[in-house]
Amino acid sequence: MTTLAETVSDSIVITRRNLIKVKRVPDLIVAATLSPIMFVVLFRYVFGGAIELPDGITYAEFLLPGIFAQTVIFGSTITGASLADDMQKGLIDRFRSLPMSRSAVLIGRTVADLGLNAFSIMVMAVTGLLVGWRINSSIAEAIGGFLILLVFAYAISWLMALVGLLVRTPEVVNNASFIVIFPLTFVANTFVPLESFPTALRRFAEWNPVSTVTQASRELFGNIPASAPEPAAWSLQNPVLYTLLWAVAILAVFIPLSVRAYLRSTR
Amino acid sequence: MNNAVVVEGLVKRFGENTALGGVDLTVSEGTVLGLLGPNGAGKTTVVRILSTLLRPDGGRAEVNGLDVVTQAGQVRATIGLTGQYAAVDEYLTGRENLEMVGRLYRLSGKESRTRAGELLERFDLVDAAGRPAKTYSGGMRRRLDIAASLIARPRVLFLDEPTTGLDPRSRLGMWEFIADLVHDGTTILLTTQYLEEADRLADRMVVIDRGRVIARGTADELKAQVGGERLELTVRTAEQLAAVGEALRPLAHGEPQADPQTRRLSVPVTGGTDTLAEALRRLSGVRAEILDIGLRRPDLDDVFLTLTGHSAEDAQPAAETTEHDTVSAGAPR
Repeated sequence: MTTLAETVSDSIVITRRNLIKVKRVPDLIVAATLSPIMFVVLFRYVFGGAIELPDGITYAEFLLPGIFAQTVIFGSTITGASLADDMQKGLIDRFRSLPMSRSAVLIGRTVADLGLNAFSIMVMAVTGLLVGWRINSSIAEAIGGFLILLVFAYAISWLMALVGLLVRTPEVVNNASFIVIFPLTFVANTFVPLESFPTALRRFAEWNPVSTVTQASRELFGNIPASAPEPAAWSLQNPVLYTLLWAVAILAVFIPLSVRAYLRSTR
Repeated sequence: MNNAVVVEGLVKRFGENTALGGVDLTVSEGTVLGLLGPNGAGKTTVVRILSTLLRPDGGRAEVNGLDVVTQAGQVRATIGLTGQYAAVDEYLTGRENLEMVGRLYRLSGKESRTRAGELLERFDLVDAAGRPAKTYSGGMRRRLDIAASLIARPRVLFLDEPTTGLDPRSRLGMWEFIADLVHDGTTILLTTQYLEEADRLADRMVVIDRGRVIARGTADELKAQVGGERLELTVRTAEQLAAVGEALRPLAHGEPQADPQTRRLSVPVTGGTDTLAEALRRLSGVRAEILDIGLRRPDLDDVFLTLTGHSAEDAQPAAETTEHDTVSAGAPR
């Protein structure tokens, strides 16, 4: 049985290995930097004028938390694609034949991807500040705003880990997750206020955790004007709690499932 | 001598397919066992069970006296595995790969660095040590892969088709590295489709086909099972094979094997050069052009042919497109 200290040490070794790859493959870092910048600038200037918002808020302020949420969720799909790639290349077999902790490969993977997501958020935040986004809250609240995005993204990473271990082809993981995640991040309050949605879609969007993580970070960054109407759904009234419940539930289900899939993986 | 590996009645099923139907084998400490067989025979499945990657459905297996199911964690600390594909991280340098694996074997940072340095030297990778493994040739990757599996000085090493896909020169080089390991006393279980490789490296061999052991022994013992010599000849055109085969049939101790593609005929015979002289006399009356004729001691290809009724190469489509053993045995993907 491995001890906690051994698991931590093995996980650090794996995290380092994954981050070295980021350093050696500039495409990754470019993708993690450029596409968020592009999204921020495009949405800000293309949709900015067309979307009706309550008084007292600019589109940049409304938009940035939504872009943050979408980007970190997509960032988490890297977990699945990378694990599928490791599996294809026989690296998972190698790791499984070593006397290392049984969860370290997955912990190291998800932690490295969390790091990459934190980097993306930083880039987007700076871009956002340049195009008119503002943090109108205390430092502690602002940190909370970033944290809730990262916590939620980290949970999604574990979900994607299972997908990657089961699907085993990086391209398929990417395509499949795009098909599922793209609509999830759009049928939400990320880019457009929910008031404009048709009723059925709106119900879904209100309980979609992508909406609530966006809402939570908007609250924590102070990007919701005082004049905004109180949301009707409980999920949006308590976005931090609701989002954390989702994160905990995802982790509780997908950590054991992913570790099990890892231990049973046969290339 | 103690056995480093003991396998008894090992069974593994993938759905409907029985990949292993009760395999028994042992490997004495400090020796090399060659596990031979065509693709899909179950070689890789045996290795995967012994290296704790797969759980058997029946029977039992011990490595260094430890049960591979109930003491899997301890087994992993005493073995090294090099799979069919060079499992190295292509974005890490050669040195980083070795140090990472060293740390995961729970060597200290210092020990990992020292061992990595030693192994880079030994496997002739010093010049490439600082380059990402992505830039390595196939032979270099294999060497790095084997070096990684040796970092913690395992007592038993599993080499699953260590030279599949390598060019002839790299293969020869790999053989030398493996021979060196044996010299140092490492116990090795080596799977291969190349009979020449087993002949060269292994002390003892186990031949499996369709998940069952069909023969075992030293290379000489296996050759003795086939017995006698072979009269081999090549003719000008494939059409001439039948007439030649007919003419030599009275001399044959067994069925003559004709291969139209290479226009060769192989006839099991006894009686040495007298038989050769007799064969030449008989062939003088046949309308066929003989390009080459000679007597040959049987090699492992003959062993395989005799035991399974098909040659090792026949069963193997092409080295490059080689499918995973367990997959061709019907494993779910």
